Amino acid sequence: MSVAPKREDYDVVVIGAGPAGLAAAATSASAGLTTLMLDENIGPGGQVFRAISSTPVTDRDQLGADYWVGADLVQALRAGNAEVIHRATVWSLDRNLDIAVSIGGASAFVKAKRVILATGALERPFPIPGWTLPGVMTAGAAQTMLKSSALVPDGRTVIAGQGPLLWLLAAQILRLGGRIDRILDTTERGNYFAALPHAFAFLTSPYFAKGLAMMREVKAKVQVVSGVTELAAAGDGQLASVTYVAGGKRETIPADLLLLHQGVVPNVNLAMSAGVEHRWDDLQLCWSPVLDASGNSSVSGIAIAGDGAGIGGANAAVVRGRIAARAAVEALAPASAVRLPAMATLRSDLAKAERGRVFLDTLFRPAPQFRIPSGDTIVCRCEEVTAKDVLDSVAIGATGPNQLKAYRRTGMGPCQGRLCGLTVTELMAQARGKTPQEIGYYRLRAPVKPITLAELAAVPKSEADVKAVVRG
Amino acid sequence: MTTNVDAIVIGGGIHGCSTTLHLCLAGLRPVLIEKDYAGRHASGVNAGGVRQLARHIPEIPLSIRSMGIWERINDLLDDDCSFESYGQVLVAENEEELAVCRARVAELNALGFIHEELIDAAELRRLVPAVAETCPGGVVSRRDGAANPAQTTTAFRRKAQQLGATVREGVAATNIRYSDGLWSVDVGTESFAAPVLVNAAGAWAGRIAADLGEPVPVETVAPMLMITSRVPHFIDPVVILRGRKLSFKQFKNGTVLIGGGHLATPYQDRNETVLDWKSLATSAQTVFELFPVMRSATIVRAWAGIEAKMKDDIPVFGPSSRHRGLYHQFGFSLHGFQLGPGAGAVMAELIVNGGTQTRIGDLGIDRFHPSTL
Repeated sequence: MSVAPKREDYDVVVIGAGPAGLAAAATSASAGLTTLMLDENIGPGGQVFRAISSTPVTDRDQLGADYWVGADLVQALRAGNAEVIHRATVWSLDRNLDIAVSIGGASAFVKAKRVILATGALERPFPIPGWTLPGVMTAGAAQTMLKSSALVPDGRTVIAGQGPLLWLLAAQILRLGGRIDRILDTTERGNYFAALPHAFAFLTSPYFAKGLAMMREVKAKVQVVSGVTELAAAGDGQLASVTYVAGGKRETIPADLLLLHQGVVPNVNLAMSAGVEHRWDDLQLCWSPVLDASGNSSVSGIAIAGDGAGIGGANAAVVRGRIAARAAVEALAPASAVRLPAMATLRSDLAKAERGRVFLDTLFRPAPQFRIPSGDTIVCRCEEVTAKDVLDSVAIGATGPNQLKAYRRTGMGPCQGRLCGLTVTELMAQARGKTPQEIGYYRLRAPVKPITLAELAAVPKSEADVKAVVRG
Repeated sequence: MTTNVDAIVIGGGIHGCSTTLHLCLAGLRPVLIEKDYAGRHASGVNAGGVRQLARHIPEIPLSIRSMGIWERINDLLDDDCSFESYGQVLVAENEEELAVCRARVAELNALGFIHEELIDAAELRRLVPAVAETCPGGVVSRRDGAANPAQTTTAFRRKAQQLGATVREGVAATNIRYSDGLWSVDVGTESFAAPVLVNAAGAWAGRIAADLGEPVPVETVAPMLMITSRVPHFIDPVVILRGRKLSFKQFKNGTVLIGGGHLATPYQDRNETVLDWKSLATSAQTVFELFPVMRSATIVRAWAGIEAKMKDDIPVFGPSSRHRGLYHQFGFSLHGFQLGPGAGAVMAELIVNGGTQTRIGDLGIDRFHPSTL
């Protein structure tokens, strides 16, 4: 059964029920603001706490203590008066804070005084030869199946890439009895030295001990190849083998499943389509919204919290959610703000949660050859555009991603650039000798997720339009 | 430092690019100035309709002139612009609308124009098999078609550049001034001077005209378009409706473009538009009723381009009524794309020869300001 929003207007609409969204909605509702939480999944948790209310995994050690923190956040939200709607896909948000949302095949429009976007992160594209073959998937997709259905791989499995999530997934697969044949670590050797100056902060962060323990746990059970500098998947209509180069030596191993992961990047589509200004982040190699210390964006009334505001991890996301919500309360019901934790306290919590981030960002900065493909490697999956196609278009005058659309339709398919946008920007920047900031990004437009023509046809029309039609 | 050129063209839409190219072909050295990039606004993001059908009578000669260029566009630009010609069909949904169509075609025939042809239900069904069976007929313009607007505008810009035009993108033309027979403009730290200035600045052209003492009744609008996911091929011509705001076009890859002139809110100074989904829903409903095959398609994206619309819906085209060497080419009012190639050719004739064989007399700015020249 689907439930439409109860009201047409809300003080605060929070989009996304991950760590940031859960914390923001609970805070906003606790201060007495009318609060609507819209979330695309079937239950709360977002990616990191996916299926927190419904997972069939009951042994808490298998998913780790960090996962179960999500349960407390959900409880805090449920204790308040926030209206929560799941399976709700927000497909449009504009600078007037008009929101279009699809719930159970029907669309509704609501208006907010403040919007807190907590749309989280996406996995960075990993465009290597053969990455579009069936049998190649992202580590995140594998983790989704693991959390929501306790499914783990049982065929010949290779995990390739780098970053904290990769090790977490490997540990979780092993604990649930899954199979991993080999881990190919693509972390650049130079990154260890580059990250060294930032190591002290990391050593004193909560991530350090946990991360180290997890890597030890995985390395005890799986062969790990480090310093991988080349990677390709091959097979005839289905993944059959993975070829890699490490230490100058090339090796090909048979595989049924290749899980790829090289970090996550902010999920910017909804924010960009609303006109929020973004800047290229040269350390995290992605677009991040331009925000003030309270998470307010360049569009009045829209704040962004969580990894959508720049990758910071779950602990930071929770605090950013509270900060954004507190700022909304200060603006809309200043008298209620006194009952909330002070802004200074929250900002010091955030500093603590973000400790060690620069170390992780530097250490796990993906290598150029895994971000910027060449030759026949597919860049845009929806329209099957290769790196060479992009360079050919640059040669005849495509100066940025938006001009490229006219030549190659990149970014115009169902994914709307989610799987190719960063690659296209970096590839064109390299080809034209410009910075990614100068090259820019796709202009994103609603619907941010596709809706059916029938659903759009069924939405209530404005009076003026009905008249215009009658008049012809 | 001031660079002397033969002509300054302001605005890198299809009109400015086409005029620049045709000036090059006539042997002149023009400069083209575009504050964003060529095709950034309406010229790059319109529906791509190459349409003589259902035009205002004063602009039909220009449209016909343009059509001849479209049909050899590859020869002109070394780029096919993805132009294809499956005709454009105006659908009458009932007998009253068909009667209006009949009168229109008769009127055009009396004026000597034969590109519009009245069709009955059978011919309509042959051309557009998917249309609802209740439609009694319509009008077809068989040479019409569609092209890729961004590809086309870029191709004009590129060819002009190859033939020697100077192109400045990303910097606005400012401080437009006239003295001693020369127009001068600043472009960032550069200045250009020329005896000829062409105002082809689209939604920004009205301000330029007003600043030069020729205000016209123009507003900035942003017609919305939306595109669907791929559906099986079911239609070749571009379809527009007589009675409702809808235009409809399926591309080779199966995606369907739905337009028709519902307007977004433009924020011109930010290069932004805010879509009006309730109006787009009206378009969706019309498609839903007329083309059952489309009902399960998904809407992938919607957008709007910023452009100028005249109060009388026909462009301002031709020499200034106040200043020597100044020419206007703007206000194409949601139907300027097809006119671009021809308008550039005619504008070059006006500038180089002082006249043209193509009848454009009703489009001049002197319809608002009697000439003082």
